[in-house]
Amino acid sequence: MEAFLFWIFAIVGVFCGGMVVWHRNPMGSAIYLVVTMLCLSGFYALLNGALVSVIQVLIYAGAVMVLMLFVIMMLNVQAASEEREGSLPVWIGAGVVGLVVLVKFALLLQYGKPPEAAEEFGTIQGVGAALFSTYVLPFELISVLLVVAVIGAVILTKRRAL
Amino acid sequence: MDGTDLLQGTAALVPHLTVITTGLVILVLDLFLTSRSRYMNEVVGLIGLVLAFALALGQAGDPRLLFSEMAIADNLAVFFHALFVLIAILTLLMSASYIRRENIVAGEYYALVLFATSGFMFVASAADLVTLFIAIETLSISTYILAGLHQDEQRSQEAAFKYFILGAFSSAILLYGIATVYGAQGHTSLVKLAEALGENDIPTMLIVGMGLIIVGLGFKVAVVPFHMWVPDVYDGAPTAITAFMSAGPKAAAFAAFLRVFFQGFASPALAQNWIPIFVVLAALTMILGNVVAITQESIKRMLAYSSIAHAGYAFVALVTLDQLGAASVLYYLVAYALMSLGAFGVLTTVAKRGERHYTFGDYAGLSSTNPLLAALMALFMFALAGFPPTSGFAGKFYIFSAAVQKGHYVLALIGVLTSVISVVYYARVVMMMYMREPDLSSSGPYVSATTGTLLGVTAAGTLFLGVFPGSVLRLAEYSVNLLFAS
Amino acid sequence: MIPISYYLMVSAILFIIGAIGVLLRRNALIVLMSLELMLNAVNLSFVAYARLLNDMGGHVFVFLSITVAAAEAAVGLAIILAIYRAKQTIDVDHLSLMRY
Repeated sequence: MEAFLFWIFAIVGVFCGGMVVWHRNPMGSAIYLVVTMLCLSGFYALLNGALVSVIQVLIYAGAVMVLMLFVIMMLNVQAASEEREGSLPVWIGAGVVGLVVLVKFALLLQYGKPPEAAEEFGTIQGVGAALFSTYVLPFELISVLLVVAVIGAVILTKRRAL
Repeated sequence: MDGTDLLQGTAALVPHLTVITTGLVILVLDLFLTSRSRYMNEVVGLIGLVLAFALALGQAGDPRLLFSEMAIADNLAVFFHALFVLIAILTLLMSASYIRRENIVAGEYYALVLFATSGFMFVASAADLVTLFIAIETLSISTYILAGLHQDEQRSQEAAFKYFILGAFSSAILLYGIATVYGAQGHTSLVKLAEALGENDIPTMLIVGMGLIIVGLGFKVAVVPFHMWVPDVYDGAPTAITAFMSAGPKAAAFAAFLRVFFQGFASPALAQNWIPIFVVLAALTMILGNVVAITQESIKRMLAYSSIAHAGYAFVALVTLDQLGAASVLYYLVAYALMSLGAFGVLTTVAKRGERHYTFGDYAGLSSTNPLLAALMALFMFALAGFPPTSGFAGKFYIFSAAVQKGHYVLALIGVLTSVISVVYYARVVMMMYMREPDLSSSGPYVSATTGTLLGVTAAGTLFLGVFPGSVLRLAEYSVNLLFAS
Repeated sequence: MIPISYYLMVSAILFIIGAIGVLLRRNALIVLMSLELMLNAVNLSFVAYARLLNDMGGHVFVFLSITVAAAEAAVGLAIILAIYRAKQTIDVDHLSLMRY
């Protein structure tokens, strides 16, 4: 059962990932990216990552991508007239280089089957315990990052009163 | 993590917290200020930074790991904290009149500079790759925004965009490197990495991860071939921010290199993998930075390529993996920060509103229009070129000595040759100032009190470090000896 | 049980696809989405390694990585919006006010 799910998520995920990069207009790319993120959420569930699986859907696919779709629609980019830039040989060249890198990487990978997972692995309790004890400093640090992002988002798009 | 650990950790992080709090105070304060009292932003900022400087120096002492080994408080961190706060203070001095002239929002500007500075400080305090990554992202995102804050200028927004895309790309590569190291080692702690690698059996994935980390950090420090963003971003960003970027994020990236490679990947078995790469990167950077700088017509872009070249010089010291090398990097970062902030400070006075007057021709005859300013600029140019008795000369001397001591003769030779080449474009500015007639139709440069203070401090520092290099160098050596204690 | 290497391979494939997108595409929004794809791929690696090592650190890092990606997306979109307002285009190649 797990193998079946893995291959479904893998094939759909990689296909949609490729279409994100290949599709002509941003709106289609965004939808493909959402599907890719949902497939990744499925992977996380298979890997006993219960909390990150839910967080991926709620925050990444649910909030970040919605924000991006908002901006895409706000910019109102002309969809049909878009041409995919870069001639075909360039894409094929990039694809070949990528493939070579991936093959070399695959030869290095030798991780086998993982051991039995602990009881609270990947659950809210498990992640929470780690987040608030060992990793409390990075957790607090990220609040500074969020303040910076909010400042940036507001100040860069403010219309200047001349 | 019990109460006492938390308290001890927070006490050690007080300098960082001061900087962050000052930023937040400025954000809120700015809401209540009128255009006449806007100078309070700078006052509050300077008070906070001076306080942070004092607190940072108070942290000196034995190294202690904080927050479950996520952060470390040691003398190396203290040295870097002092440097970063100093850079922030000088940037504030430079920005005071600059942002008024160019009509840039003040409160958010200073808050972002302070948050970026806190990011620098956390990079220097990082004992774990998680903390390092979050700190690098904080400083990067702050700087992307700062580069785009000159909203009247289109080039500023383009600069922010280019910087963002390449910066985020390199962050993703860095993150992948961290993930690979995590998988190969089982943890992300730099301290444990240092302890565990006594043996000679290195998992290949660790090397892969290390390579990705080199690429990711290489973008931040702008070594060739990851330097492509520097000319356009430095050219388009507001000049005070370019000055900040040339000193701050660069020093922070070197702090990251020191923590990761001199502390984490320091074992000889690993080092023989990354030292050759560093040698090649340093050589390419020194050559390309200096050669292309000669062709530039805009003094701002010339200084951008010069900044690439100087990163190359500092990178040479990283191949030594010994105490002198690390100390010379620290010394060079201080020296370069002062020279660069001083040079860009002069740029802000000569330029006019709307980012005009950045060509070499605008400096013609400056020696007759404003002799003091011309003399200061000449000092900075000579210092950047590496003439004695400036700090530039002392810095290069230490770095190349460290390299020669470890047998990297070719690298030192390239360094000396490219330094000689660099005289060509630095001397061009000096010749313009002293051997040409000034253009009397435009008004001369305007030096405000704060910018004048900045220029005075940086010039004095450059000379002092050049004539008495031993003091700072001894401090630097004392800071790094704990890296090599065991 | 699927070997962890398979998950890591998928992660690498998505990462490379994203990198190609960033380098080759000209539409600023699609470049941004390719960046998000790269960050997602790294998250998958983290979760896979965490499972292999039976260590929660990987999941915590994914948490923080998602936050960082969200912050970057917000700032990136703000920059793109600012450029669009000024120039009415989001074509990356048109951003050439600054020549070599």
